[in-house]
Amino acid sequence: MSILIFADQAQGKIKKAALEAIQYGAKVAEQLGTTATALVLGPVDAAELTALGNYGAQKVLHAADARLHEVESIVYTKAIAEAAEKEGSKVIIFPHNFDGKAIAPRVSARLKAGLVAGAISYPDTSNGFVVKKNVFSGKAFANINITSEKKVIAIIPNTFPVAPGTATATVEAFSPAISDADFKVKVVRTETVSGDIPLTEAEIIVSGGRGMKGPENWGILEDLAKSLGAATASSRPVADAGWRPHHEHVGQTGLTVRPNLYIAVGISGAIQHLAGVNGSKVIVVINKDPEAPFFKAADYGIVGDAFEVVPKLTEAVKKLKS
Amino acid sequence: MKILVCISKTPDTTAKIAFTDNNTKFNEAGVQFIINPYDEWYALVRALELKETIGADLHLITVGGADCDPIIRKALALGGDEAFRVNADSADSYYIASQIAAHAKDKQYDIIFTGKETIDYNGSGIGGMVAELLELPYVSIAAKFDLNGTVATVNREIEGGEEVCEVSLPVVVSCQKGMAEARIPNMRGIMAARTKPLTVVEPVAADALTAVVSFELPPAKAGVKLISPDNVEELVKLLHEEAKVI
Ligand SMILES: Cc1cc2nc3c(=O)[nH]c(=O)nc-3n(C[C@H](O)[C@H](O)[C@H](O)COP(=O)(O)OP(=O)(O)OC[C@H]3O[C@@H](n4cnc5c(N)ncnc54)[C@H](O)[C@@H]3O)c2cc1C
Ligand SMILES: Nc1ncnc2c1ncn2[C@@H]1O[C@H](COP(=O)(O)O)[C@@H](O)[C@H]1O
Repeated sequence: MSILIFADQAQGKIKKAALEAIQYGAKVAEQLGTTATALVLGPVDAAELTALGNYGAQKVLHAADARLHEVESIVYTKAIAEAAEKEGSKVIIFPHNFDGKAIAPRVSARLKAGLVAGAISYPDTSNGFVVKKNVFSGKAFANINITSEKKVIAIIPNTFPVAPGTATATVEAFSPAISDADFKVKVVRTETVSGDIPLTEAEIIVSGGRGMKGPENWGILEDLAKSLGAATASSRPVADAGWRPHHEHVGQTGLTVRPNLYIAVGISGAIQHLAGVNGSKVIVVINKDPEAPFFKAADYGIVGDAFEVVPKLTEAVKKLKS
Repeated sequence: MKILVCISKTPDTTAKIAFTDNNTKFNEAGVQFIINPYDEWYALVRALELKETIGADLHLITVGGADCDPIIRKALALGGDEAFRVNADSADSYYIASQIAAHAKDKQYDIIFTGKETIDYNGSGIGGMVAELLELPYVSIAAKFDLNGTVATVNREIEGGEEVCEVSLPVVVSCQKGMAEARIPNMRGIMAARTKPLTVVEPVAADALTAVVSFELPPAKAGVKLISPDNVEELVKLLHEEAKVI
């Protein structure tokens, strides 16, 4: 009864959130005295697959079927259910990223396996099978007992840092029984924002609010982000006003992010904004108003004008890095 | 065209989050409840727009106690035609999805919309589960939904972008920002909602697969360390040496 981990790929590369899920699954396997099997769907290089051993997978099931290149929830669910059956898996781990959100609930319903989505702890098996998850958009946590025999856990990206070892995994070819008729949702095209670091995977985020005054001023935030290797984000009014693209909006009604470092510039810190970012490990706030509520949620703060502070900060970061 | 929109009740986004009964229950004292923003602003309003442009029978469903009635009435006031409340109290996604699927089974809905997640339990599970239970295709976290006859073009969010998908109806879609612009109910809608049918149905037998053991609040922050705007090098040093994040 191996622990099964769904490791999603994009353009043939295993995602960082999937590596975290594998390592999490390997820990759970150790805890339960069993092994960890990673499942990869779609074409991926052989070297990429054996390297999953570094994250604790003893075995990698790989379905190279080119039709699996893109996520189709019906097809993926069938394949995952078949793999779980084959491996005798009672616990299935997903990254709680966009693919995980598309598929984990389907797998949960198909296998009648209780789902904890947005997990932030390893299971506590001292009294049941209890997993901690984010609730109220990060403003609180709930400990959830999965009472069904089979269980699905989807972990929040950037919560369980990876520390790769040096093991190799056995790769086994896997041909799930899927037919062309199962592909109901067809991807016509993909609109990716090239060059950007996906916000949900970013370790550092530089975020701007209405205090930035207008889209023409984003250059200084982009420079700071570049010096830090960070992604950029925004508050909701900024996205609503069309200053920045919608997918950069974080908060209660936008993305929930958990970077190691969140730098908020000209953002007041409304409760709905905090909801999406308060899982960040370290928060830096730059705001000219000392009364801005964001300072209460911050670790470090500078009371000052963004247009003066940010360029200086970028220079200081560059100096550190050089 | 028949559309079903799944409506859930959540605390207002500014509600104080606190727990009672030994941290096992959300403290509802003084809390205002609203329609889950994703359900109202995006799922329901997009359904209304479709109804207005191509004509549709717009049904609403909520799984919950009588305390959900004001919420579902508001959804009717915004323009739903008929509402169903499954009289059951549960926080387990599979249980809720089973109720919705049991209702939808013989109704021939062309589209089932849910929100992308509830802002209280953040399950992000109901849509996918309903789709699986009904053996329907599912598009998650959609930012756009257009119809051309019986084929829908839906934008699904992925890491750092969107996938433009095509799918034939019937389909289940979970909705987020981008789908539509929020509306407020007008007086006529509020009056009309009073006489629109709200049917209370008893739940079907279904299992709950999870149970809440307890809630916790995050540990309080130690307090902000303020750095002078004339000394940004100090901030960089702290981030590097103390916080070790750069
Ligand atoms: C149901 C609901 C859901 C919501 N969801 C979200 C959400 O997901 N995400 C979100 O962000 N918001 C959300 N909001 C909106 C939220 O309540 C706030 O209105 C919003 O976060 C404010 O954005 P802001 O901080 O950019 O702008 P403001 O509140 O206008 O703050 C601007 C800040 O910039 C500072 N400033 C001005 N000039 C300078 C300068 N030169 N240098 C430095 N600082 C300066 C000001 O002191 C101020 O603190 C939601 C609201 C509701 C009702
Ligand atoms: N009790 C409920 N009754 C009806 N629909 C619900 C209920 N709970 C959740 N939903 C729907 O499912 C979506 C996702 O919820 P969740 O999976 O709980 O995060 C919500 O946005 C609603 O559209």
